[in-house]
Amino acid sequence: MIPDKLAEFFGVNFLGYLIAAALPLFLWILPYALYAVYAERKISAFMQDRIGPNRVGPKGLFQTIADILKLIQKEDIVPSSADKPLFIAAPYVIFTGTFAAFAALPFSSIYIGSNINLGVFYILAISSFSVVGILMAGWAGNNKYSLYGAMRSVAQIVSYEVPALLAIVSAVMVIGTLNLNEISEMQTARFWNWWIFGGPLQGIQKFLLIIPMIIAFIIFFIASLAEVNRTPFDIPEAESELVAGFHTEYTGMKFAMFFLAEYGNMFVVSAISVSIFFGGWQSPFGYLGNSLGISWLVPFEQVFWFLFKGSFLVLIQMWLRWTLPRLRVDQLMTVCWKYLTPYAFVNLVLIGIITLI
Amino acid sequence: MAELKTDQIVLNMGPQHPSTHGVLRLEVVLDGEVVVDVTPHIGYLHRCFEKHAEAMTYPQVIPYTDRMDYLSSMYNNFGYVEAVERLMNIEVPERVKYIRVIMGELQRIANHLVAVGTFGIDIGAFTPFLYCFRDRERILDLFEMTCGARLLYNYMWVGGVSHDLPPNFIPKAKEFLKDFKKSIKELNDLLSYNKIFIERTANIGILPADTAINYGCSGPVLRGSGVEWDLRKNDPYSIYDRFEWEVVTGKGEMGTVGDCWDRYMVRVREMEQSCRIVEQALEQIPDGDVTSAIPKRVKPPAGEIYFRVESPKGELGYHIISDGSLNPFRVKVRAPSFVNLQILPVISRGYLVADIIANLGSLDIVLGEIDR
Repeated sequence: MIPDKLAEFFGVNFLGYLIAAALPLFLWILPYALYAVYAERKISAFMQDRIGPNRVGPKGLFQTIADILKLIQKEDIVPSSADKPLFIAAPYVIFTGTFAAFAALPFSSIYIGSNINLGVFYILAISSFSVVGILMAGWAGNNKYSLYGAMRSVAQIVSYEVPALLAIVSAVMVIGTLNLNEISEMQTARFWNWWIFGGPLQGIQKFLLIIPMIIAFIIFFIASLAEVNRTPFDIPEAESELVAGFHTEYTGMKFAMFFLAEYGNMFVVSAISVSIFFGGWQSPFGYLGNSLGISWLVPFEQVFWFLFKGSFLVLIQMWLRWTLPRLRVDQLMTVCWKYLTPYAFVNLVLIGIITLI
Repeated sequence: MAELKTDQIVLNMGPQHPSTHGVLRLEVVLDGEVVVDVTPHIGYLHRCFEKHAEAMTYPQVIPYTDRMDYLSSMYNNFGYVEAVERLMNIEVPERVKYIRVIMGELQRIANHLVAVGTFGIDIGAFTPFLYCFRDRERILDLFEMTCGARLLYNYMWVGGVSHDLPPNFIPKAKEFLKDFKKSIKELNDLLSYNKIFIERTANIGILPADTAINYGCSGPVLRGSGVEWDLRKNDPYSIYDRFEWEVVTGKGEMGTVGDCWDRYMVRVREMEQSCRIVEQALEQIPDGDVTSAIPKRVKPPAGEIYFRVESPKGELGYHIISDGSLNPFRVKVRAPSFVNLQILPVISRGYLVADIIANLGSLDIVLGEIDR
């Protein structure tokens, strides 16, 4: 495993592991977040018959970098009536919550930041950490819009964790492990071994599992949209009602951190879906490296497939955002408690029965 | 356990807020997310139009009317020049009448496109807005071809219009109308019949017909409540009686008659009807000189007139008092947005914060017209 080798290089102590776990992640996260913003703008432009950013660099490729540079240069305003410590801490809390989740994502069979046995549990737990940050930000800004945004956001994220977790639990029940790397390893060889198609099981069990697994994925996907505050569930920052929701009062780099955390979160929830339902880093058709006999190529292919599948789900999230209107706050709760949660329970029981066959 | 003490919260929306459609300030009293009361505060865009008009000659007032409802300037011109012509007993040439109707109805389509698009944004759908603007752009191109301006035209003059239609106007307009039907279908698929959109707008902000009439509402707001009242049919002016078209009313298809969805849909269907009118007018338009009836000096005899037209927003009335001089003694405008805005508190009480935005969007107000 790469992290162990890196840790050896940096010295086998706490610091060594820290650098080993964080360094490659940052190599991916920052470019990803920058180019996800760019991609979103280009995709929305494509959908809306516009051109999109095209001034900074070829095809506007450096637009987000320019934006971030601009935000860094801006004055860092803390409103005089704000709760100062909370106001300053909030963006870091949200940022940390999101990016700590990356540590347990299995990018490839030889690279995972921290190969812990509770991977799924850890990611879901640490990414809900951002709720605290949102509440802090909404309260500390001392702005009514922020407070409304924060209250809605907390209610929404806490509620939607129920169907999301139920969907994951029902899948994990069949899978039998919470270790994301092991889950990915199981779904080997071809795409019909992905858990959304019943996984590597055989016979009638695999056949029966297909529909409940698809339902579980859809429930998780919808719930994850709500957890990352994306349309049609972007009520916490509903710009037509609440201006910018919980981050109304933020400027400069603090605002940029919210922004980057949002895009980071989108990838995290997509990566969970990919790892559990879509074979993780497994290639859908087998590896080019294996057939050519170049064994060092395989891990790179795995990284490619993981990022490709993750980005594809991110693309779907963006697509939805630019297509659908926004739900109202009470309708949002209705969707969660009256539809998603009961269906998730039924699905849980269904999958439980199938596993017993 | 003792009950927790709760309190109402006063939230100021605007004058700078993403969805107040201009510089409107709403003082909203909230109990949690539920609206207890809304008070609109206006006047941030007041430019003394009516007082200005008293120091201007009659033709000089026309550019000021452009700036009232800046999304339907053509129709503002239309109402004003027709009023002055009636005061002076001027009979305009046939061609001018047709041009005015064509321009007025194209302007109605452009106005409704903005109304429908921004309503979509209020609900959270961003994309339909840009599709609407794409089509509106083509109407503005037609206007630009004709009179050089894209927003504030000063196109209709007392006794005529400033420029005749350019030679390729008619084919271009026909081409637009052909493509526009597809755009309406696209809009319906993307927004009108979207499940989330219906959930957000149906049964929200219900305005019963009698309340609408009592408050003096007009235009799509009144028709959305199921009242078949359109000045083009009920009090015909110009040559609207020569065309075949229907008055669209809200029928409560998705919820109750008079809800936001009805008001929205009335606008979408009115665009189709306007297309029909423009198509017929383009077929029938005669040749002629458009400037022959323009008087050298606009000096109406002493007297007064109240003349109303069905502007895209509703009943736009001009009350002009002439003392026989070159300047009007008084120009009073009955602005439809101003009257329609007062319904907002009535239809918003008891709903949620998000519904205020939906209600406001469905009223389609323009602050330039409210404050004048």
